This record gives sequence, structure tokens and C-alpha cells, in this order.
Amino acid sequence: MKANIPAEALHTEEMLINMGPQHPSTHGVLRVILRTDGEVVVNARPDVGYLHRGLEKIGERVTYAQFMPFTDRLDYLAAMNCNCAFAWAVEKLAGIEVPERAEYIRVIVCELNRISSHLIAFGSFTADMGAFTPFLYSIRERERVNDLFELICGNRLTYNYARIGGVSADLPPGFLEKTKEFLDYFEPKIDEYNDLISYNKIFVHRLANVAVISGDDAVAYGLTGPNLRGSGVKFDLRKDEPYSVYPKIDFKVCAGTGERGTLGDCFDRYMVRINEMRESVKILRQAIAQIPEGPVTAKVPRVFKPAAAEAYVRTECPRGETGFYIISDGTVNPSRLKIRAGSFVTMNIFEKVTRGLMIADIVAVIGSFDIILPEIDR
Amino acid sequence: MEPQALFDAVKAKFGDSALELQSAGCRPAFVVVAPGSIADVARFLRDDPAMRFDSLMCLSGVDTKDRFAVACHLYSMQHRHAIGLKAYLPKENPSLPSLDAVWPAANFMEREAFDLYGIVFQGSKDLRRILLPEDWEGHPLRKDYKYPESYHGIKV
Repeated sequence: MKANIPAEALHTEEMLINMGPQHPSTHGVLRVILRTDGEVVVNARPDVGYLHRGLEKIGERVTYAQFMPFTDRLDYLAAMNCNCAFAWAVEKLAGIEVPERAEYIRVIVCELNRISSHLIAFGSFTADMGAFTPFLYSIRERERVNDLFELICGNRLTYNYARIGGVSADLPPGFLEKTKEFLDYFEPKIDEYNDLISYNKIFVHRLANVAVISGDDAVAYGLTGPNLRGSGVKFDLRKDEPYSVYPKIDFKVCAGTGERGTLGDCFDRYMVRINEMRESVKILRQAIAQIPEGPVTAKVPRVFKPAAAEAYVRTECPRGETGFYIISDGTVNPSRLKIRAGSFVTMNIFEKVTRGLMIADIVAVIGSFDIILPEIDR
Repeated sequence: MEPQALFDAVKAKFGDSALELQSAGCRPAFVVVAPGSIADVARFLRDDPAMRFDSLMCLSGVDTKDRFAVACHLYSMQHRHAIGLKAYLPKENPSLPSLDAVWPAANFMEREAFDLYGIVFQGSKDLRRILLPEDWEGHPLRKDYKYPESYHGIKV
């Protein structure tokens, strides 16, 4: 029904709305300052830093080995990946050779953690989009990954498992069999997710053609990981700057295809994560088949003083490239320990892609970026 | 492209603004330039067909006790090579041209360096504190930073 009101009698003005820092869909303490015209977002400015703990300053005051537990607190949904990223960085800085078994163990735990992290991304994203059941499914599966990690190191969230030169302990007996059991159980579940929600008409409508990022923009704005690949750029550090034992393993780099809308929209970013879980299963099966016997730690001196050097080493974490820029001055503490986190750089493009969207789409964009706040704020 | 060849190309184009190539113990090697020329060198590194450094991986502030530095790590998606770009700044009023017009990714990283080191990026489109509260005093990652006793009556 058309209201019979003359246009000039309607008083409209822009509104300033605070979304967060305590808001269930911002995945943590992210505050977004929205300027809206009705339901349309004129400008969405992210305000980060609520979780800043000064990890880089702490890094300069502790020894290299002591910093390992702090890396757990970088991205707590993928603590194994952060552990290993730091270990790989220090090893490249100091030129330490790691035993092959340790590298295989790291790849196994990293890929398990990638699955569990993508499960949370999938679950919380779908919950944000109004479908609560998939969240329960994803938590159910993630629980089994947590059980596996508990076997390895006794912890379920912050593992502190990697060590400079290897890992803290060898795999417990029966671990690989249990992991295989998990993979056999988990692999068919991915199809179940797709049947349940991925191609649900309402879900697709919420995501397709929303917040489209071109491949060139994604590179220029420094997007990495699934967010970069969602824009169709086939770039994966595991493949393109291979480290550890990834060159010995066969897997596919998943990228967006624009299958339900435009290349680089929220749906593509979502789908990259779903497909990556399948690839992680493939990687895990090969790593389990190939893992050799042998020691799990290299000989690293107790008082570890790398020679004066500088290194920037990056690895592929579930939320993109995690890089450590470490400057050693030959003492027991790093002189500078800069952490480049995928989510932090991703937030840079947020203001650009959300212009002109609806408020409800903001939630979709945050979910499709799969950001995590402790990594942004450090 | 080898770091030495790359440095020679920068030297040929920018002359004395290209100061040195730091390669011993650096991974990747650094091209050290005069702070005032960093944006021009960056644009050259991004646009030159043989370089094509289209991706800024990381931009970090550094405090070397006697001076500051800004270290950028660049990567080329096309040629799959990496290089570092560095400029040293004096302790007093450290400032250099902003890189966010060259790589939009630089904005948040520059804000972080500004926040934690007090390095000013001239011409930046948006230079505000990012991780700390806006009324925070000092720049905590400086080596001579003094920890405050309290913040708004809260004991630190």
C-alpha cells in the first residue's frame, strides 16, 4: 500500500550505530561504527584493539622458547598452526634442521587444526546467517579433533606443542589409527553439510553477489588464505612457497569459481573453506601413510642464541598468511618480533567492501572473512 | 630476480636515494633507501614489468636503539620473488611518505607502526592509533618506553 504522504514531509537522516564490541555476530570484541541511511550502510568503520595484549613487546622480553605459549593466544582456534608457524620462523632464522618425523607430525596437527578451525568458521557463519543446526554439527565434529589433540599434549585449546627444532613429544601409541578413524567418520560429513546448508536457497541468497572482491583488489589489499583464494587467486603458501614436507604431498589449491553468483563474493569465500576441509583430509591420509620413524626433536642448545640475523617467514594458517619478522641481535631475546596476522590485514578492506550493503550483509561479510580478534589485536 | 640485480636497477633509476643492499643474514635481502624516496621506489617496484611487487606482505616499525626503521616485505605474485625495502629514520620526529597509495594494504600496518612507534607516515589517508586507546601516552614498542603507573585511575 502506498502511503499518501508528500515526500518532503518525510524526515530522514543518517544514523550512527555502534555494532559491538559485544555483539554475537562480530566473532569477538570487534566494534564496527556504522553510518547508515535507513538500512543501507553508508560507511562501516572497524575499530579494533580491544584485545591488545602487547604480544610483540612481550616477545622482546622473553626468550625464543618462552614465546611459544604466547603464539597459542594469537589465533586460539588454530593454535597448532601458530605454534608451528613460530617454530618454522625461528628455525629458518637460525638454520636449524628438523627431523623428518617431527615435520610430518607438524603437518598432521596443522591440518587437523585447519579442519577444526574451518569447522568453527562454517558453524559460526551459518549460525550468523540464521541456521543454528549446522553449528551443533560442526561443534560435534570439532570435539573429536580436540580429543585427538588432548591425546597428544593434554590440552584442548592452547596446545603449546611445537618446539624450536621439533615437537614436545612423540605421538602417543594408537594416535594415527584414531586419526584415521576420525577421517573415515568426517569425510562423508562434508557432503552432509553441503546437503544441509551450503546449497540451501535462502543461504545462497544471503551470500551470493555480496561484498564482491576482485582478484586484483584482494592482492593489493593483502588478503591471504581462503579470503584471497575466494577471489579466484590460486595462491597457497603450502604449494607456492613450499615448506616442511608439503612438497611430498599431493593436494589441490581450492579457489572460488563464482559458482552461485559473482567471483569473489561471500559464497565463494565460504565454499573455499568447505573444499579445503576435503583437501586437508587428503593431506592427512598421505601424511599418515608416509610418516617415518625417528627422533622428534633436533639438538638445540638450552641457552639458545641465534646469530644476528633478520628473517620474515610466512606460513599458511587457516586465516591466511601468518608471518613472523624476527630480528635477532645474538642474545637470548629477539630484538624485534613482529607478527603479521591474516585477520588484521583483512580488516583493512572491510570499509571498502561494505559500502552500500545492508546492515544484515555486514554480518555476512564478517562471517565470510572468518576473522578472529586475538590475532587482529595481538 | 636476484637481489643484487634488483638493487642495481633501483640504483640506476634513483641514484643516491638507493643507499645499500643488506643481504648478510637477511631473509629476504633488504634494499635500503632514503626515507624521502620510499614511496617513489615502492611505486617503481610495483609497476616495473621485471619487478611487479604487487603484494605488500608486511610493514613493520623497528627500533634499533640509535634509530628507527621501517621494513617492508614485498612479494610478486607474477614472478614469485620477494624482497625487503627498508628506510632508516632519525630518533627525533621520525617520518616518511605513506605507502597506502601504492599498496592499499599498507594503511592498517602504517597505523600500527604509528601507534606503537610514533612513526609518522606523511600523506596517509587515515593515520590514527589502531591498537591502543586514542588517549594513550607514548609509543610502547620503543625501546626507551616507560610503563605508565596507571591509565584513567586503573593500575597498570
